[in-house]
Amino acid sequence: MQGDLGFWVLQGLNALQLSMLLFLLSVGLTVIFGLMHFVNLAHGALYAFGAYAAATAGAALGFWGGLLIAPLAVAALGVLLYLGCIRRMRRAGPMAQVLVTFGLIFVMLDLTRIVWGAQALSAPVPAVLDGRVAVLGVEYPAYRLFVIALGLAIWGALALVLNRTQIGAMIRAGVDNDQMAACMGIDVERMFFVVFCVGCALAGLAGAVAAPILSVTPDMGLQILVPTLIVIVIGGLGSLNGAVAGSLIYGAVQTFGAVLFPQLASILIYGLLAAVLILRPAGLFPARG
Amino acid sequence: MSRIVKRAAAIAIAAATAAQAQAEDIKVGLLLPFSGVYAALGEEIEAGFRLGLDSFGADSGATFEILREDSEASPPVGLAKTRKLIMQDRVDVMAGVVSSGVLAAIRDVVDGAKVPLIVANAGNDEATGKACSPYITRISFSNAQLNRPMGKYLVDHGVTKVVTFAPDYAAGQQMMKAFGDAFVAAGGEIVAQEFTPFQKTQDFGPYLAKAKTSGAQAVYAFYAGSEAIAFVKQYDSFGMKEALPLYGPGFLNSQLYVGAQGAAAQGIVTALHYVPTIDNAANKAFVAAFTAQAGHLPSEYAVQGYDAARALVEAVKSGATDRESLAAALPRTSFDGPRGKTAIDPATNNIMQPIYVYDTVAGPDGPTQKVLAQLPVEVDPVNGCEMATLN
Repeated sequence: MQGDLGFWVLQGLNALQLSMLLFLLSVGLTVIFGLMHFVNLAHGALYAFGAYAAATAGAALGFWGGLLIAPLAVAALGVLLYLGCIRRMRRAGPMAQVLVTFGLIFVMLDLTRIVWGAQALSAPVPAVLDGRVAVLGVEYPAYRLFVIALGLAIWGALALVLNRTQIGAMIRAGVDNDQMAACMGIDVERMFFVVFCVGCALAGLAGAVAAPILSVTPDMGLQILVPTLIVIVIGGLGSLNGAVAGSLIYGAVQTFGAVLFPQLASILIYGLLAAVLILRPAGLFPARG
Repeated sequence: MSRIVKRAAAIAIAAATAAQAQAEDIKVGLLLPFSGVYAALGEEIEAGFRLGLDSFGADSGATFEILREDSEASPPVGLAKTRKLIMQDRVDVMAGVVSSGVLAAIRDVVDGAKVPLIVANAGNDEATGKACSPYITRISFSNAQLNRPMGKYLVDHGVTKVVTFAPDYAAGQQMMKAFGDAFVAAGGEIVAQEFTPFQKTQDFGPYLAKAKTSGAQAVYAFYAGSEAIAFVKQYDSFGMKEALPLYGPGFLNSQLYVGAQGAAAQGIVTALHYVPTIDNAANKAFVAAFTAQAGHLPSEYAVQGYDAARALVEAVKSGATDRESLAAALPRTSFDGPRGKTAIDPATNNIMQPIYVYDTVAGPDGPTQKVLAQLPVEVDPVNGCEMATLN
């Protein structure tokens, strides 16, 4: 089985699909951290909220409506979070930030349960993507290919903005040294706000994209949080390339680990995390040299 | 206050107390997860339990007071809440318990305090095996009971080579072992067994691709909750259903999940102790009453709550009034309910019930269950249970 090309293509696509989902989540989290030095553990809860928003809006407007509304709804929630809580916590130190955002996870978890009920929901796959496509002789679900394509497109767009535009240069300057960037006349605080909202929207998009594959449950945000944190720690805090590399590594280790070494599936990634922390404590592609 | 008014008040109070003492008041401690991963099951069982008390409680002559506690599906929390119910609230009887982990944690406290417990879900085989107690009566099911009959059923229907899938924890392992033993004994062959990390697996894609090339004729899988929804949908999206028909215990496509699974659930043949389409009068009445109250069709969890309440009422009707008499009466309850005829096995205090094999088919309001066969009552082996006698 392992000698068969089809096996590697199929599992490679599985790995890539998981990677792209994690990338959408981790890129927002890592840039928020890099730029604001803010540990937002509630990011996973935003992802869950995005999935619920997509499932609800999708029931009324169809899949594409849900896909559009979920990021906007989560970005709006992000604005509330920023104004109500995060702005105040900016200088509070990492310990207080972790505690507050960790508490927010449970608040939002119970809120989703009160609003949507404890019962798992599900979002339908759009008719266009319902079916399978032959890739290199392997039948693969079209929707999963769409997730891969969407992830790659977002990666391309973010790389373009960060590396080729003025706002990208300002963000990079802010990540590198926010005080110096402020001295150069960049309104760092406003930039933080915009980046935070974009990060939230991406988390919402990830939730909307994941909803048709997984099931939508109140605790899905908690489940995805640890993989997301592993991705940004492996990749290096604050960097786009780190988020990409971390996601690809996580997806590959998780997928091929599950198939080739099922007994070790759940510990392989933690072993890798430990190895990275020992050999490269700042991650593989740290934002600051 | 004048003396006359005082005296009148005293008489009124005395009369009220006397009336209370006449109508027996049974305090029920309902221990269920209302938060955490099993919250949906807790709600479903509670709804069934309350409906059961409403439906049958009136003609028992007793009043029932429900004290509900949230176990959070966590063994330490469940244990603390059990102690509170027993020692502080002094309940006469306890009911509920979804997680087998919680059941294992509270077993000794319940047994030691001699408080009768009606288990309304937790299916761990050991609870009515090695760890059985005369105070614990299980009205729901045991893991082995639901899976053992499917071993023979599959071979009888021409399926002799399967891959099994289950989450890697006690229930998953027990179910696969019960199925596997019966399947192999009937002449089947298990080509491969996949145990996926419990509650850590959301994407089954990697495992499914592997099963496809294994040379099996079918897949036998157990998942529950959000894992069941994800598994069934992903199984369908990879086009596995055409190549490898999917079988399993019916938690996989429970009434609770078919709405979310949609068309992906169609054609899955599973076995369970209850589906809402069972054709008997008691079930028709139950489905109508439950749907009117809850707004959706009852699941197996709802019927477990409903029957737990009914067993309690039957015990009270037979004259039981306190912990001791309830503990003695509960294992003797037997009735014709929505599941058909059920009784408690005196050797283990586990329920004896028919098992229904059903296909999931398209219905007017989404997928529904078409019962293919009603398998006869099969009594679980004693599994090391040495039932102590009540004194």
